[in-house]
Amino acid sequence: MTKLDSKIPGGNLADKWTNYKSVVSLVSPANKMKLDVIVVGTGLAGASAAASLGELGYNVKAFCYQDSPRRAHSIAAQGGINAAKNYQNDGDSVYRLFVDTIKGGDYRAREANVYRLAEVSNMIIDQCVAQGVPFARDYGGSLDNRSFGGAQVSRTFYARGQTGQQLLLGAYSALSRQINKKTVTMYSRREILDIVIIDGKARGVIARNLITGEIERYSAHAVVLASGGYGNVFYLSTNAMASNATAVWKAYKKGAFFANPCFTQIHPTCIPVVGENQSKLTLMSESLRNDGRIWVPKNKDDRRKPADIPEDERDYYLERRYPAFGNLVPRDVASRAAKERCDAGYGVGSSKLAVYLDFADAIKRLGKKVIEERYSNLFQMYEKITDENPYETPMRIFPAVHYVMGGLWVNYNLMTTVPGLYALGECNFSDHGANRLGASALMQGLADGYFVLPYTIGEYLSADIRTGKISSEHPAFKEAEENVKEILNKLINIKGSKTVDQIHKKLGKIMWEYCGMGRNEAGLTKAISLIKELKEEFWKDVKVPGELNEFNTELEKAGRLADYIELAELIVRDALHRKESCGGHFREEFQTEEGEAKRDDEHFAYVAAWEYNFDDEPLLNKEPLKFESIELKQRNYK
Amino acid sequence: MNLTLKIWRQKNSTSKGKLVKYKLDGVSEEMSFLEMLDMLNEQLILQDQDPVAFDNDCREGICGMCGLYISGRAHGPDVGVTTCQLTMRNFKDGDTITVEPWRAKAFTVIKDLVVDRSAFDRIIQAGGYISVNTGSMPDANSIPVSKRNSDLAMDAAACIGCGACVASCKNASAMLFVSAKVSHLELLPQGKIEAAERVQNMVKKMDELGFGNCTNTYACEVECPKQISVSNIARMNREFLHAKVCKEKH
Repeated sequence: MTKLDSKIPGGNLADKWTNYKSVVSLVSPANKMKLDVIVVGTGLAGASAAASLGELGYNVKAFCYQDSPRRAHSIAAQGGINAAKNYQNDGDSVYRLFVDTIKGGDYRAREANVYRLAEVSNMIIDQCVAQGVPFARDYGGSLDNRSFGGAQVSRTFYARGQTGQQLLLGAYSALSRQINKKTVTMYSRREILDIVIIDGKARGVIARNLITGEIERYSAHAVVLASGGYGNVFYLSTNAMASNATAVWKAYKKGAFFANPCFTQIHPTCIPVVGENQSKLTLMSESLRNDGRIWVPKNKDDRRKPADIPEDERDYYLERRYPAFGNLVPRDVASRAAKERCDAGYGVGSSKLAVYLDFADAIKRLGKKVIEERYSNLFQMYEKITDENPYETPMRIFPAVHYVMGGLWVNYNLMTTVPGLYALGECNFSDHGANRLGASALMQGLADGYFVLPYTIGEYLSADIRTGKISSEHPAFKEAEENVKEILNKLINIKGSKTVDQIHKKLGKIMWEYCGMGRNEAGLTKAISLIKELKEEFWKDVKVPGELNEFNTELEKAGRLADYIELAELIVRDALHRKESCGGHFREEFQTEEGEAKRDDEHFAYVAAWEYNFDDEPLLNKEPLKFESIELKQRNYK
Repeated sequence: MNLTLKIWRQKNSTSKGKLVKYKLDGVSEEMSFLEMLDMLNEQLILQDQDPVAFDNDCREGICGMCGLYISGRAHGPDVGVTTCQLTMRNFKDGDTITVEPWRAKAFTVIKDLVVDRSAFDRIIQAGGYISVNTGSMPDANSIPVSKRNSDLAMDAAACIGCGACVASCKNASAMLFVSAKVSHLELLPQGKIEAAERVQNMVKKMDELGFGNCTNTYACEVECPKQISVSNIARMNREFLHAKVCKEKH
């Protein structure tokens, strides 16, 4: 028996959200003032939610670990944001965006949520333009679009190669306006270390002040997590250094189910790894695949310079394998194809773990100036890192961990299995299935924060208007605070011989090797035992310098790593149980003759929602995925 | 390469700080400046010494969290990059590198190389936005914006709020930061309506917070990792004057 109620409204797919909005319970303005909401994280989802809830009149307490809410990692998104505006008159519609997203996600996302996402996408663009987001425009003053992977229309809005930055600054400006109006109180440099549950409901958080080290209690009627993804489990990823899973992991341990943790996205176009001291990987936007052509030499171990390799000795393998979509296949397909070529011995560069992304044809066709206008900041970034000029020689790229589709399980209202605890943006699981399409993360973050949560949270809070202030003196707060202090004390007193980074790098290597682009039963089984050993090593031998009551970066890192290690085991467990290939989850045992992912809809068309079970193995709950408006098909980008 | 580092160490905002010398060997040229500091910190931890605290996050030059004053220059010797993007290729074997935090009255030191830049947030809160609530907006293409203005607005909006402009200015002025936001919004039709109030509120807040005056040395533009132009300062001054004159007339 499943414990999961997805609360999908009745009616036709296209009417569900409209119907829901017309009957959902409301909270009067006078009552909103009496209700407190905590928002954790100030990226696109968190900042837009905090600002919108503040505008509605709720008392919002917003938290971020950075020194300013403007620095959340949404800021690093480069390429763009999708919307079904059909400004290009190329046949786009809400339905098409919905279909592309479901198909791109390899039929492992929830139909109703995805349809709603496509439906509100157009309002996001309107909202952002009204806020002053300087999207690219054509000479007539209208908005411009570009294409992205997994779509045959141009529906991506962009602000040079800094779309995430501009959208985040838009949400940050809306948030700043509410801070000025005192509807939102901002707590920067705070890390959330536990969720407080009172009588089964989420009623607050325990935070650590990262400057003073003080442990603080904050109460509210509802808690909204918008704390981003857990890609840093892999150590090297395109995430920010301090992006972490701690808040969602603590939520999991307090009863929120964790859905599809093994659905991780490996992005095809990143700058390859050099050296052991590398701390992070840099993405080169997918938008580059609009004009760049991906190739490797046709001959193994070809050591010639790329310019010396004649046209007929180059293998444009994406164009060869997928003529209909060419270089614009979805990310999982492009990443796997690059791995396949490199594994087969056709990789380039000194490590042989890279492929070329070549702009020579585009420069010839459009001129250098046009390419500069489109991608100059990316080209500059590439040159600074590699010391090579991509206008003259092709970029070398390789896949890297970028995004996680998995996250806390949420129902249609974005509420987790803990009443009053919500999850928005990357930290929930709901919209991208087993693979996210480019330019859809920004869309989802802002959809959740601006246009979904402000409606759905009312349904829950309308029952709380007589509750009164939640006291942070409740025993549940005391207990949570003591637990947090105990863990921190333990960490700082291990005084072992290995630094946090040394152990984190080991975890990353286990995950990349056994739970990366290709996974199989033997490897995953091995990974579980390796992770268990590493967990033991961590708690016995990690060295955390400094004191509890001070600015202590190593202590922050140690706490995050402790949670990553536990989460890593759940990721592997989920990957092991899903005996099919879908999207970014490629089980080598399950592939078609052409080497494409082979789904098993009969046995695995469900969301795997894991339930914490203390010292025993986690319990698997299944939410069956019903596809009423779309036919399940093998994905075909040929 | 082998380096000598002289790094500002300060336990917290109330204690006195000083430059401490460290030797670091085996640095390779493809490492970023922050990866070089990671390497130093790993060694310090294993030698039971306190690692150097420094702010950083995205490590791809866009979040604006990192910012070190390296041998007398904000974000170091390379042009148009943040500290996290500065590669060790810019240094050579045997170099002595001095590493200090941003120095400005409005930015207090929290620990070592970490400073408090919340003053920037407070300036934005004073008016660095367009007053529009979620949901109350027309269709995006009903507000045409000329490509020229849109591009200029984007140039200004590229500011990452790192504070290099303040750190490079002998007066610790925040004019480049403030004018970038004022310009970004003023150049767009959506932002015109509140332009006069915005510029006055933001400038007032900037003065209150203890940032210095602009004396047109343009050091800020030189050190800005996003190469924000000082022409924004001229635009803000014009806007500010206009707002004052119009206010007196009314």
